[in-house]
Amino acid sequence: MNNAAAVQISYFPGCSLATTARENNQSLIEVCKYMGYRLAELKDWNCCGSSSAHGIRPELGFNLACRNLSLAPEGIPLLVACPSCILHLRQAQSRLKRDETARKDYESCWGRPVDLSLKILHFFELMDGIDCLPNTTLNGLKFAPYYGCMLARPPELRHEKNYHGLMEKLLSCYGASSVRWSYSSRCCGTFLSAAKPEVAGPMVNRIVQNAVDSGAECIVTACAMCHLNIEIRCTLKRVVPIFHFSELLSIAFKTGTNKDWFARHLIDPAPLLKSRGLTGFHSII
Amino acid sequence: METKSFDKYGDHLRRNDGFCEEIVRRSGDDFRRCYQCQCCGSGCPVSEAMKYRPNGVIRLVQLGFGREALESPDIWLCMGCNTCSTECPMAIDIAAVMSALRETAIEKGVRIAEPGILNFHQEVLNSINRYGRTHKLEIMMRHKLRQHELFSDIDIGLKLLARRKLDLRPSKILNISQVQKLFSGLTGEKE
Repeated sequence: MNNAAAVQISYFPGCSLATTARENNQSLIEVCKYMGYRLAELKDWNCCGSSSAHGIRPELGFNLACRNLSLAPEGIPLLVACPSCILHLRQAQSRLKRDETARKDYESCWGRPVDLSLKILHFFELMDGIDCLPNTTLNGLKFAPYYGCMLARPPELRHEKNYHGLMEKLLSCYGASSVRWSYSSRCCGTFLSAAKPEVAGPMVNRIVQNAVDSGAECIVTACAMCHLNIEIRCTLKRVVPIFHFSELLSIAFKTGTNKDWFARHLIDPAPLLKSRGLTGFHSII
Repeated sequence: METKSFDKYGDHLRRNDGFCEEIVRRSGDDFRRCYQCQCCGSGCPVSEAMKYRPNGVIRLVQLGFGREALESPDIWLCMGCNTCSTECPMAIDIAAVMSALRETAIEKGVRIAEPGILNFHQEVLNSINRYGRTHKLEIMMRHKLRQHELFSDIDIGLKLLARRKLDLRPSKILNISQVQKLFSGLTGEKE
């Protein structure tokens, strides 16, 4: 897989991966490199608008997303790491496709035509087609696959492919086993974790409690915001570590060497990794 | 006494006939097709904390009870997670309806039921306006300061700092003036 000539794609990390979830960013870049993709970070990208701009000034949110689209080089796909960012960028693109006035405004503002053929890819789409060579690297690690709201979409994007089950499929292929549980697509509370903790706290606790009750040793998420919210708002006595999907893939592919990703977790995953014999690739533990 | 109570309820029952159309136009979704199946209200992860739930808010707007909808906590508790739209058999973009209601509430200057949440959003926007990206530490400090809760969550803040999860300095873009122009609406933003 890693012998193939590197394919270049542009990359939009988003604010979370650039800062609080740097371990997500680094492991994702490593996984992509292993898969034969060279990621070129979008030059001078800005915040996609986040829930805040899209929630109280939708036009501003749209324009912030458009600036990012205008920076994307033509002819190569744009990989977006954050489930929320990709939704905002795709919604902007979808509006540009159907709204001629918006297209004209875009062109006069950014001085270039709208690239309607730009492929905006989520990390899942890169992983979907991979040739999975079954092995047992993950040593039977029992995980609860947590998608949060990433698979829910506004109606205008509902015909796009849904990747429910991808984390189970891939991680199982590498020797982990998924548990069945009820909260796999329950929203983590997003900004309410910061703005209204008394509402977000119980939401997070219910998610983690259900994962524990289902026999999971850890939770795996593909969203940096879910990861942060669960780590900071869970007040249960018995908790399980939460991994970024890309971190576990990195262990599965044995690409993580001497990384301090796990030292950045609030719920220490070291004891679990040790008990499952998954420490060999990470000298920090 | 009777007159007083009549005034009170009279005001509440006075329907604003143009209101529903205004929100339909602003959200870009004709949610008048909602028939109250309540799937959204059952699926919404924050409906427990809401007063009317998403379907209730839509009903209020359909009936022209603008003030009740705009002053409800529900429109601020909505996180835009799209769970409701996924459940909706009529494919209504409920998150867009909520955005339109929030925008209208700010514009009309009605009483904001959840000022803390609005303040948080404003701090996020200020951060994007300053740096082009969000700077979490500063957003939280300013938000807590405004809410007079500077010391709540300080344990979490310290833990995050110790784990190097919170950056002291913001991640900035180079061409900040481009982003600031978007904020001042000079580049064709239609309000």
